[in-house]
Parts: sequence; structure tokens; C-alpha cells
Amino acid sequence: MSKEILTTKDLHLYYGDKEALKGINLNFDAKGITALIGPSGCGKSTYLRTLNRMNDLIPNVTITGTIKFKGQDLYAPSADTVQIRKEIGMVFQQPNPFPFSIYDNVIYGLRIAGEKDKEKLDAVVEKSLRQAAVWDEVKDHLHESALALSGGQQQRVCIARVLAVSPEIILLDEPTSALDPVSSSQIETTLLNLRHDYTIITVTHNLQQASRIADRTAFFMNGELVEVDQTKNIFMNPAEKQTEDYISGRFG
Amino acid sequence: MINPKTQNKIAIGTLYGVAGLVVLILMALLGYILISGLPQLSWHFLTAPAKAFLKGGGVGIQLYNSFYLLILAMLISFPIALGAAIYLYEYAKDNWVTTTIRTAIEILSSLPSVVVGLFGFLFFVVKLNLGFSILSGAFALTFFNLPLLTRSIEDSLRTIDTTQREGGLALGLSRWETVTRVILPAAVPSILTGVILSAGRVFGEAAALIYTAGQSAPALDFTDWNPFNISSPLNPMRPAETLAVHIWKINSEGIMPDAKAISSGSSAVLVLAILLFNFAARYLGKRLYKRLTSA
Repeated sequence: MSKEILTTKDLHLYYGDKEALKGINLNFDAKGITALIGPSGCGKSTYLRTLNRMNDLIPNVTITGTIKFKGQDLYAPSADTVQIRKEIGMVFQQPNPFPFSIYDNVIYGLRIAGEKDKEKLDAVVEKSLRQAAVWDEVKDHLHESALALSGGQQQRVCIARVLAVSPEIILLDEPTSALDPVSSSQIETTLLNLRHDYTIITVTHNLQQASRIADRTAFFMNGELVEVDQTKNIFMNPAEKQTEDYISGRFG
Repeated sequence: MINPKTQNKIAIGTLYGVAGLVVLILMALLGYILISGLPQLSWHFLTAPAKAFLKGGGVGIQLYNSFYLLILAMLISFPIALGAAIYLYEYAKDNWVTTTIRTAIEILSSLPSVVVGLFGFLFFVVKLNLGFSILSGAFALTFFNLPLLTRSIEDSLRTIDTTQREGGLALGLSRWETVTRVILPAAVPSILTGVILSAGRVFGEAAALIYTAGQSAPALDFTDWNPFNISSPLNPMRPAETLAVHIWKINSEGIMPDAKAISSGSSAVLVLAILLFNFAARYLGKRLYKRLTSA
């Protein structure tokens, strides 16, 4: 139990009157990769976005239940969303580097936090880009615009940007769905390298991807968590019929 | 019965014709202004003070006044417009207050400038006792410019993708940091373009200034930079006829023998300045955008 870093209990989310999440109970151990799978509109992205309070940006959202990060209630009135998002970083579906240089993109969080030491920043840039497995490709043009990179490189720079603020948890919202297969597999390699040091939760539409990289897989449907287990079990021997139907492509 | 292909041809032909007509009218207008105005231009014309009764006067002071007023008006209106636009687009909730503010801005931006001028006359010149002065003119121009500039900056902010905002927030930046450190820098090229274009409109504005900045251009001493001296170019309390107002005035009551030539020359200067603003806006905007976005 003590290894659990993030717990959700009876989580409901409403867009206006529409109930999008219907009582999710799901816990995450520290380190490793968990994949959230399920048909479109099943609530997996919505769920992911409750974990760093990105849903706060959408008007008319009501959330009940509790999410605790290392024992702290993320939705307590005293919770500091800025701090939460530093510890729980996020990578989006569409690579969204800022229109600045690669270097500036990676150190943006730190620089705004007030870090000025050039050597330290240089070191963080190199370390983060290496961790994101994109260093060799960009090290000679760190001061060129990140928008000139390919989609896959941009996405890895975005991962590096998140790593630079040293979060404990990294949320990824379909990080490869806008990328070509080669770039996707590079992102997968990146994630596999990171799984020993970070708690990674990724939403994916790509079942093969889930089976390749995830330690655990959670299957969502119609706003409910149907099943969560070791990835191997979900794919080889699911407990629920719905899971089996989805995995075998009978719907969704 | 016309077949669709012929119909298409007729439609395209008509559209080309209409577009061509617009271009033609514009070219004719520009051509006329430049052909009749350019021969009047000389260093003397651009720098010498105007003469009321004799020929050979210039527009030096009017030209200077136009720029000075423009800069003052921009200094006042830009920060306000920026703040208003950021509030409206980044912070304001979508409720009736916001809608009311937006509608007010909409109405203000379609206000005829002569109405703005008369309001400026009653309020700044008479009520606040600022007299016919650069300051009254700058305030009137601010009123004229604020709604346009606010909308243009808001549009600039709108062009920045939501994913950029999410990216900033997800990095643990506060809302304010996201706006000032991510969104604004990304929007700078487009904001700059908007500012320069609105500068062009302000530069050519006459009606709002006739009753606020006044219709006289007292002689200036360009060696005296103490803003408290009445003949100092920097003094904001002196009346200051601008180039656009000068054109209007010469044509309505100019009694100098070369009134026509001066009016043509001034128009050419005005048009050239505004063209320059437009080209500068496009050039700078493109360049900045390129610098910020690609290698």
C-alpha cells in the first residue's frame, strides 16, 4: 500500500448535466507505465485530465470524489494547481512546443521559476533531452526554433520540457496519435527508458502500443472503469467479457 | 437554360470584373494623389513651417505634430488596450458582463470620429480645461483608437492555439505566467502588425482632432526641448495642427496663393506615410514571425 503514489476514489465528473465519469476507483503505484485504453468517448482522456486538474480550464465541469497524490487531496480548497502541475506533468496529443528555440522550450519551466545559473540550465537541457531520447538529433541546433523540428522530435522535446521540471508523474494524452509509425516507436522507446524513474500514465488508442509498453492496463468504457490488471492479463486473459470483446476488435 | 459551366464562367468573369474595378479605382486615386503631390515634395516643403498668406510654406511642424500626437496617443492607448484584450480573452468568463463590455467596444469602434472629436472638445478641452492641445488630441485619439486596438489585440491572442495555453499550464506556470511568458511572446508579431496598422489610421485622422488638438500650429523652436516652454516641440499643452487637419483646413479656408500645391503635397506625404506604415507592418510582422517560429 505504501507504494501507491496516486489514488482515485469514487470519482465522478459532470459536463453540465452529463455524467462523463461514473465513479472511478483506480490507484497507481510509483514508477512504471499504466495505459488507459477504451473506445472514443469512454472517459479515459477526461479521467487523465482530472489527475493534474486540467479540466479546471473547462467551464461547467463538476467533480466529486477524491484524488490523492502522496496522501494530499488534489481537489482540496488549499491545493495549489501550479504546484500540482509541476509534480504531475503532462504531454498532449498534438505536439505543442512553444514558438521559441529548443533550448528555451526545455528550460522554460525552470527559467520562470527563477533559475538563472547558466551551467545548471545547460546541464538540465542536456539531461532532459537525453532522457527524452532526442538529444543526438537536436544537440547541434539547440538555439533554433522548436517549430522547425519534425512532429516526432517536437513531441520528444515536449517530453523533455516536462522532464526538466522534474515531475514525479507524467501524464500522456495519446502522445503518438498525431505521429508517423517511426516517430511513434521512438516515443515508445523513450517512455520505456523513463519507466524506471517516473510514474507514467498514458492514454492510447493503439492497443499494440499498450501491450508493448505498459506494465498495467486499465480498460474504460462509457465513463466506467471496467477492468485494470497487469497488461499481460488484460490482453491474454481478461476477466470481463467487455474487455475481451474490445481487445479482440469486436467493437470500438 | 445556361449550362453550369457557362454559368461558372460568367460568375468568375463578373467577380474578376468587380475586383478589377476596385483595384482600378484605388490605383486611380493613389495615382492622382501621388502625381499631383510628388512634384511639390522637397526637403524645404517637409521641414519649413507653414505660411498663412505667402507662397512657399512647408508642412514641417504639421508633420512633426502628427508623429508626436501619434506617439502620445499610442503610449496612452496601447497599455490600456493590451490589458483590456488580455482580460477579455484570457480571463473574462463568458457571462453578461463580458458580453456587455464586448458590445460597448463594438459600438465604440463604429463611432464616427467626428463624434469622438466633439466629445473630446466638450470633455477634455472645455470641461477638463486642457484647451486646444496635444494632450486633448491624444486623449481623443485614444478614445478613437482604443476599441479598434483592443479588438485587434484580442484577435491576435485568439490566433494562439489553446494547446499553447495548456502546455504552459501543464508545466506548472500560473495563468499569468502563461499569458505573459508564452502567449504574449507568441502573439507579438501579430500584435505589432495590428499596432502599426492602427497607427496608420490614427496618423490620417482629422475629424477627431479639429476640435481637440486645434487648427493652428504655432512656431516651434527645435532647439528647445524643455516640455514646459510654449515653443518647445515636446510641450503637450500647445495647440498642434496635424498634417491631416492641415489638408482639411487649406482646402476649406486656405488663402495662401499656392494652397492647391501645398494641399496636394501634404496629401502625398500623408498617403506615403500610411503606405509606409502598412508595408512596415507586413514586413516586420512577417520577419518577427519567421524569427520566432523557424530556424
